[in-house]
Amino acid sequence: MTSAAIAAADRPAADTADPAEKIRIRGLDFYYGDAKALRGIGLSLHQNRVTAIIGPSGCGKSTLLRVLNRIYDLYPNQRAEGEVLLDGENILSARQDVNLLRARVGMVFQKPTPFPMSIYENIAFGIRLYDRLPRSGLDERVESALRRAALWDEVKDKLGANGLSLSGGQQQRLCIARTIAVHPEVILLDEPCSALDPISTARIEELIDELKDDYTIVIVTHNMQQAARVSDFAAFMYLGELIEVDLTSKVFTAPRDRRTQDYITGRFG
Amino acid sequence: MSEHTIKAFDTELQELVRKVAEMGGLAERQITDAIAALIKRDTAQAERVMAIDTNIDALQREIEEKGILIIARRQPMAVDLREVVGALRVSNDLERIGDLAKNIAKRVVVLDGEFRPNKVIRGVEHMTDLVLAQLKQVLDSYVRRDVAMAIEVWRNDEAIDAVNNSLFRELLTYMMEDPRNITFCTHLLFCAKNIERMGDHATNIAETVHYIVEGRSLPDERPKSDLTSFARVPLRK
Repeated sequence: MTSAAIAAADRPAADTADPAEKIRIRGLDFYYGDAKALRGIGLSLHQNRVTAIIGPSGCGKSTLLRVLNRIYDLYPNQRAEGEVLLDGENILSARQDVNLLRARVGMVFQKPTPFPMSIYENIAFGIRLYDRLPRSGLDERVESALRRAALWDEVKDKLGANGLSLSGGQQQRLCIARTIAVHPEVILLDEPCSALDPISTARIEELIDELKDDYTIVIVTHNMQQAARVSDFAAFMYLGELIEVDLTSKVFTAPRDRRTQDYITGRFG
Repeated sequence: MSEHTIKAFDTELQELVRKVAEMGGLAERQITDAIAALIKRDTAQAERVMAIDTNIDALQREIEEKGILIIARRQPMAVDLREVVGALRVSNDLERIGDLAKNIAKRVVVLDGEFRPNKVIRGVEHMTDLVLAQLKQVLDSYVRRDVAMAIEVWRNDEAIDAVNNSLFRELLTYMMEDPRNITFCTHLLFCAKNIERMGDHATNIAETVHYIVEGRSLPDERPKSDLTSFARVPLRK
């Protein structure tokens, strides 16, 4: 092996030069009515990488996530300005089909939100919105989504049971299964573990690690250790601005900005 | 630096730094006493140095336990993490310095005979002064978080190497002159080497201070001039 090849093999995957850019955010401002919640955000999100967005409450991290699949469109008086390029196409443009966008950019929320229907239907429901599949094909998709979400073994014998009968951790994995069942390209996770116990949290983190082989993942979390564990890149936001973004290994050991350092070491306020 | 929201965390970190500083003071005294014992051939003092080494070892274990507890309890990040890792590293170096002083003291106990090469003794004293100055400065740089001071220590180790080289040549000459000097000179050779190693640990500490403050390491290559590994006995024609 040449020395260059050895050096390349030694390098952890996340440290290799930037992998393909999936989303590029440029000059993004966001308003809740007259209140400006995001100020000139510029950020790249890379394919097959997990980007963690951290920052104190109210810094705009969830708002940023909500822009990425335009879920804010459902609320009056909320608007975004600037550019969010998904594979080079500006998703903020009026021509964007938001239903299609939300199939490509899936989202999992803080509180598990299963539909009040069977475990099977929770998954099948979304698939039917986008694909016409025969029963066997649908079964396959449901099983594969549940397997990918590491939930299959726990629910395979009770697919008819109500989704709400599952434990909190299982419900959250059901929501992740529901998200990946429609084959998205990007998965947004808004504090997916904040209502879960440590073991369920570990399962979800393990899952995130597996899912990044196929998806671009963005996670908002208040748990600094979680951000350090699961992400490749970390972005710190404060008062609606993006303060610092870098490799996670860098941000959590030697951040550049004083504000980032104060926040992650628990010196804020 | 501003304080943590959790005040107890600040107290724990300060306590860690205080313990390292205390350990440093103890290591400095051990060096002074070991060399004094060597020069005066004072076995009683040498025995004391050997006994006190257990205190340094105990401090190191205490620092390690405290550091591990902070990691487990607070999950320190960024500068805090570097602070804890730094304390563990510095205490390791200080523990080694203590061992080297103890090793010098051990040799004092076995040294006998009347042979006292004054030039060499002065060389050992000089080298010790240099190492003590280095250690003092690097400990100050640790407590004050002064990178410039630490880098100076890191660069100045060469002077110690130079004295060690000349001592080495000197001792070789004495051994060739009279084989009865060999035992004494060999022990002295090891003492000089021990002092030189202490200097290396001081530069390790300097590197750690740099890491704590800057978050990155100093370059691999430090100026070095310890040539004793390449020295040969000149054959007389």
